[in-house]
Amino acid sequence: MSQNSMLKLENVSTHYGQIQALHDVSLEVNKGEIVTLIGANGAGKSTLMMTVCGDPRASGGKIFYEGEEITQRPTDKIMRNGLAVVPEGRRIFSGMTVEENLSMGGFFTPKADYDRNMAHVYELFPRLKEREFQRAGTMSGGEQQMLAIGRALMSNPRMLFLDEPSLGLAPIIIQQIFDIISMLRDDGVTIFLVEQNANQALRIADRGYVLENGRIVLQDTGEALLTNDEVRNAYLGG
Amino acid sequence: MQEQLLYFVQQLLNGLTIGSTYALIAIGYTMVYGIIGMINFAHGEVYMIGTYVAFIVIAGLTYLGLESLPLVFLAALLVSMMVAATYGFTIERVAYRPLRGGPRLLALISAIGMSIFLQNFVRLAQGSRDIAMPSLVTGGWTFGSPDTFEASLSYMQVIIFIVTLVTMGALTLFITKSKWGRACRSCSQDLGMTNLLGINTNNIIALTFVVGAALAAVAGLLLGMYYGVVNPYIGFIAGLKAFTAAVLGGIGSIPGAMLGGILLGTTEAMTSAYFSSEYKDVVAFGLLILVLLFRPSGLLGKPEVEKI
Repeated sequence: MSQNSMLKLENVSTHYGQIQALHDVSLEVNKGEIVTLIGANGAGKSTLMMTVCGDPRASGGKIFYEGEEITQRPTDKIMRNGLAVVPEGRRIFSGMTVEENLSMGGFFTPKADYDRNMAHVYELFPRLKEREFQRAGTMSGGEQQMLAIGRALMSNPRMLFLDEPSLGLAPIIIQQIFDIISMLRDDGVTIFLVEQNANQALRIADRGYVLENGRIVLQDTGEALLTNDEVRNAYLGG
Repeated sequence: MQEQLLYFVQQLLNGLTIGSTYALIAIGYTMVYGIIGMINFAHGEVYMIGTYVAFIVIAGLTYLGLESLPLVFLAALLVSMMVAATYGFTIERVAYRPLRGGPRLLALISAIGMSIFLQNFVRLAQGSRDIAMPSLVTGGWTFGSPDTFEASLSYMQVIIFIVTLVTMGALTLFITKSKWGRACRSCSQDLGMTNLLGINTNNIIALTFVVGAALAAVAGLLLGMYYGVVNPYIGFIAGLKAFTAAVLGGIGSIPGAMLGGILLGTTEAMTSAYFSSEYKDVVAFGLLILVLLFRPSGLLGKPEVEKI
């Protein structure tokens, strides 16, 4: 395995009871890349991302993170290793304040880094600073998405998983969030991005994978996928 | 008129005394429910065990000739909290954790089994008869004239108020300000997400059992000293009452458990005073039915406002 590999999946399968959601998925994300996974609703994109986190657990195949196998590792151990996730539906702690949500993201962050990360998040998202002591559940969808990203950044991640960060947001906020994703990559964070908004995602991605019914059917650079006829017809609206 | 007012105040004081200990026990139900959505029916037995341990420590130290009441009290408090916490931890580890992820009913049945086991275990070890203890704290203040009605506030009641207030204050600080308390709250909102932040949620679940059990032991010591008697069956009814208090206040909500306990205690005292003490349980559980009918989420357990 190359020194450069951040995340590597080898023939990973996942089952929900009797139903197989992923079939022999293999993919690789290199350090410093933005890799996107596109596919229709129900193709298994979120399942793939969560399988890497160990919830649900892969029923077959191997998962490597920074060269170490993590297939059977407990979720909390996987996530304490420089990996952070902005999950589907954001899953912020709605009854807690913005500041408390961020502090949960920085649960294991050393004190010195903690204050700096907090300041960094507030710098990226000034709206969050304005709402520091507001209950997170009372904020708008866009603000909640910013909070979910901010919470993930509190742990100094080397790799960030984002699951449909643009879902249900206004175009101007989507643009802002994609700008921040590119900015994070420039700061050296490796990004694995699941999106239905394939157009936007492929434009910032170095490489992309297309998932259909739990199988990877296509992989190429972001640019090539943008001009690929199949992809255009299926995911970019012709 | 004067004596009627005093009579009312007396009932209120009695109600608050019992109610605040209900609240302490109810917190254990509500915290556990808040995180894993399960009613820990063995919780009442932990309270009962806390009372026994407190009695044993008090008897032992007094036998050894320790005269200082504050020291005896503190020792009994600490030891019973620690023993109860160990029970809480072990119960979760042995009876509930192996069943996690399975159907909810399994854990519930396991809880009932654990409750029966603990009750009988204590019955075998300590005998099933009442064990009495002389009051350590006697006396109090009285108001009114002896000719008509005399209200009294005993020193023991004052101790109960103070210890309960301090305990709840400490718990509130822990839950709102400390890192681990915050993790308890985030677990109760989204267990899976807390896990995805790298936190071992099994440890947080164990922590809530430990904290809940320790609080039940505080109630055990206080009520044990107040009534001066213990038997292996006190956990059952106290557990039911505290459970009612937790539902009344809104299960899952810690302030709700506090309010529910106080409310239930005063309702019982008032029923006994103005109606008949025979009906006090009827009214208490009638209240539970009314709450479940008209406000199922309890007084303070409001559904979260969430935007999608």
